[in-house]
Amino acid sequence: MHPSEIDWVIMGVYFAFVLGIGFTLRRYMKTSTDYFLSGRSIPAWVAGLAFLSANLGAQEVIGMAASGAKYGMATSHFYWVGAIPAMVFLGVFMMPFYYGSQARSVPEYLKMRFDEKTRGLNAISFATMTVFSSGVSMYAMGLLLNLLLGWDFDTSVWLSAAIVLGYILLGGLTSAIYNEVLQFFLIVAGFAPLVFLGLKDLGGWQGLTERLTHVATSQGFASRAWSSTWSQMGHAASNPMGVEWFGVVMGLGFVLSFGYWCTDFLVVQRAMAAHSMSAARRVPLIAAVPKMLFPFLVIVPGMIAIASSTHMGASGFALPHKTDGTLNYDLSIPMMLSHYFPHGMLGLGLTALLASFMSGMAGNVTAFNTVWTYDIYQAYIHRGASDHHYLNMGRVATVFGIALSVAAAYVANHFNNIMDMLQLLFAFVNAPLFATFLLGMFWKRATGHGAFAGLLSGTAAAALHQALTLPRGSLVGIKGGWLAVLHLYPSEMAQNFWTAISAFTVCLTVTVGVSLVTRPRPEKELVGLVYSLTPRPSEAGRPWYARPAALGAAVLTVTLLLNFAFW
Amino acid sequence: MGLDIRTPLGVMFTILGLLLTGFGLLSDPAIYARSLGIHINLWWGLVLLVFGALMLGLGWRAGAHREPL
Repeated sequence: MHPSEIDWVIMGVYFAFVLGIGFTLRRYMKTSTDYFLSGRSIPAWVAGLAFLSANLGAQEVIGMAASGAKYGMATSHFYWVGAIPAMVFLGVFMMPFYYGSQARSVPEYLKMRFDEKTRGLNAISFATMTVFSSGVSMYAMGLLLNLLLGWDFDTSVWLSAAIVLGYILLGGLTSAIYNEVLQFFLIVAGFAPLVFLGLKDLGGWQGLTERLTHVATSQGFASRAWSSTWSQMGHAASNPMGVEWFGVVMGLGFVLSFGYWCTDFLVVQRAMAAHSMSAARRVPLIAAVPKMLFPFLVIVPGMIAIASSTHMGASGFALPHKTDGTLNYDLSIPMMLSHYFPHGMLGLGLTALLASFMSGMAGNVTAFNTVWTYDIYQAYIHRGASDHHYLNMGRVATVFGIALSVAAAYVANHFNNIMDMLQLLFAFVNAPLFATFLLGMFWKRATGHGAFAGLLSGTAAAALHQALTLPRGSLVGIKGGWLAVLHLYPSEMAQNFWTAISAFTVCLTVTVGVSLVTRPRPEKELVGLVYSLTPRPSEAGRPWYARPAALGAAVLTVTLLLNFAFW
Repeated sequence: MGLDIRTPLGVMFTILGLLLTGFGLLSDPAIYARSLGIHINLWWGLVLLVFGALMLGLGWRAGAHREPL
């Protein structure tokens, strides 16, 4: 069902507000700190919602629904084992160093704590990665808008690039953050009624789980395989993810999620923009509250779609097949939008998708322009210029960052394999990062040489692990096994988790080893950068909900209860 | 920073709410077969209106306590 006039009007209202916010903010952009860090003036709840939304790009939304269809309720491990504990850890333990050190970016923290080369490695790989991932999401958006709105690829890519360029150029990070807040409310407003209608159609949660029993048994799994989180995680073979509990807890929960949520500047930048230390620490904790309920908005639609597609005689709809005969899981949310929403609501649902596409892109662009300007341009190309010069550089970086993303989107459109290879490479670079930060913040003996050697060897370990293993049923090549096939994993996801675990372990070991034989920095230089040498911020006299530790404990308790409720 | 996000948020959701309720009142009831017979435009439009008004109210109240920039 293509949009009608009322749907276009609703989408138009959103675009008008997005650009309007940029124009209004333009006059506040006076210094580079205003532009890159919102002048460190954002209230905790605003930064918190932006923290959540910056990650909630369309790939996340579409991908989580697709995983919901493919793996069922166990997909919520990405939230209830992965994201939430990592966000609590960031707020309670790590934010004091990021914010307290007055670092303007994550790579800059690495320079303060370790040395120039560790910063350079991180800054360059991060900047390249953000540009490419924004290109990949633009490409995904182009395909989807073609299907939903009937736009061709060029129109989708150039129009969205122009709008994002417009509002970031005008209002910098504040523009991006404000639009992420709009996006958050639009996603809730657009998807909550969708889930309601889908569930009502299938006879509520009960009806959904009954149908999911058919999905599970028809594929040879136990009846609860699609509707439970943990009960089938004892063995990799008994759940559709092909992963056992240890891989989930260590690989996804500890290494990958902590690595992403605690070190990725895309999200950490939102917390750094908060107006005070206490607000900055609450940012990820505030974000965690809606985050733990998001599986119901983004994963359950996929479960509804697969239930509806599998059960014969359902009153619902069916997912279309891809050319290779498998179901096209990526279309779970788009199909539901056009099946359940009449004109009017359809416009709202499409606006929610568009908003998530654009703010996902904007998140990458704002992280890129900051790292480029502070950690590459100011550090290696042009030192000691005026603040005004760097502010202008940020604007220039916004333009060429978006131009590179557009180029990457076209590359992805024509040479899909190149993008797959790049993403694999980035996965290798990212996998060991959390070990470096963990040692940097909590072990004062860790040295710059140790960190640098650890990062390089962790990346090498990830590549080597991939080169020696293969997911069952895959061909030797991009999926792995290009040196030899020593081990077969039950699924690609299991292989990813173990790649991450190997990288983390090697990075940790090498960093410790090299640190012990190299000269540590004097302790007085590490005050404010390392846990044991930094005075704890006082929380006395605040209500519990304003104390990071108490708030974090509350968030973790509810998350634990959710794990049990859907066991 | 200068602009309180609740104001644009409130205005946008009020406009979206008005559009949806207005369209819901005028549209042919037959289109609601797909939403299981629920007049979703009207009802959800009202929810968005209430949310928009709430955000506007909060923005105004905060604005009244702050000195102009």
